[in-house]
Amino acid sequence: MTEQQALYKYCLILGDNALIHSYRLSEWCSNAPILEEDLALTNFSLDMIGRAQALLSYAGKIDGKGKTDDDLAYRRGEREFYNHLLKEMPNGDFANTIAKLLFTSAYEYYFFNELQHSADKTLAAIAAKTIKEVKYHMAHATDWVLRLGDGTDESHHRIQKAVNELWMYTGELFETNEATAILEDKNIAVDMAVVKAKWKQEIERVLTEATLTVPKDQYMQTGGSKGVHSEYLGHILSEMQYLQRAYPEAIW
Amino acid sequence: MVISSHTKEEVFNILSVIPDPEIPVVNIFEMGMLRDVLISDKGYEIILTPTYSGCPAMGVIEQDIKMALAANGVFPVTVNLVYDPAWTTDWMSEVAKQKLKIYGIAPPLHSSCNQDIFANNIIKCPRCQSGDTVLLSRFGSTACKSLYKCNDCKEPFEYFKCH
Repeated sequence: MTEQQALYKYCLILGDNALIHSYRLSEWCSNAPILEEDLALTNFSLDMIGRAQALLSYAGKIDGKGKTDDDLAYRRGEREFYNHLLKEMPNGDFANTIAKLLFTSAYEYYFFNELQHSADKTLAAIAAKTIKEVKYHMAHATDWVLRLGDGTDESHHRIQKAVNELWMYTGELFETNEATAILEDKNIAVDMAVVKAKWKQEIERVLTEATLTVPKDQYMQTGGSKGVHSEYLGHILSEMQYLQRAYPEAIW
Repeated sequence: MVISSHTKEEVFNILSVIPDPEIPVVNIFEMGMLRDVLISDKGYEIILTPTYSGCPAMGVIEQDIKMALAANGVFPVTVNLVYDPAWTTDWMSEVAKQKLKIYGIAPPLHSSCNQDIFANNIIKCPRCQSGDTVLLSRFGSTACKSLYKCNDCKEPFEYFKCH
């Protein structure tokens, strides 16, 4: 793998994570428990689609074959997507969506804090922009986890269940691969050990304050960075890519 | 390559009147989105920075820029989105903040309030200036605003979040 191929892959991983999580959050549009929450979740979705656009456009430039952000979003098959499995998991109930948002936003906050010092200027700039937005996602998710965890028996039970069920998908967030190894040597990629330590500390702090039990690390799911996904990604893509597959080159 | 002969100042003047599509009382220069105009033998490069990365207004602004410059005979034009340095509400001019207020949107406090984003800062009602206001929704009709209500004049209003 050359440095160029590694950077292309790295951008796809970051871009796909933003795109697929954005897609899941957009499914809450008009379905959230209250109007304010509808606005919040779709606002986050919008932030993520913007980030995906920036990262996939950049990936297309690195690849150098004239692919646009849209080409990469709409013309790749399931096995060519590299997002974490956590992002493609169904929304479940509101607690489930919030637990996923907490795990992801805390991860992204620490990840992009490191990435803003990347030797790659474009990634550093996108990271600096992203931190500002992710702060809102993280504060919102934290707030809800505290409220649900320390709320009624029912809300406590639901958020604990969500945390337990999604825990096995959090190990993958910190995985390294051939691309990250090449880029870390060039000070482009982030040191995942640093992100993991900070993430763990923050998640434990929030869950404890919310009177929830921090799950024990057991078997962790993996596969996203190799393009091996759960059954859910294919269904997302079949809907998301339908128009461009049915009417190639269709534009507004 | 044939390029038109316009100065940087002329181009800036043409672009400065382009309104923000979401908040038409302020223009893209006052908002701090229009960062620079670079003139080279390849033509005119307009440097724009997005306010929020997913702001749907960016596409419209890009089109507006191209149309305004074409109408004034400026060519060839490329519009480039730059992310560095990241946009901040600190770049919004005082004039723009006043215009927002008159329009009914509470302007952003200094960006240092971004340190604790949900801290209970006092957001003054843009209509009656009362400080007795309450947050209704952290997220509003656009990515950049949240929704408040004034307890004195009872009017709801939007607040442009610090960023």
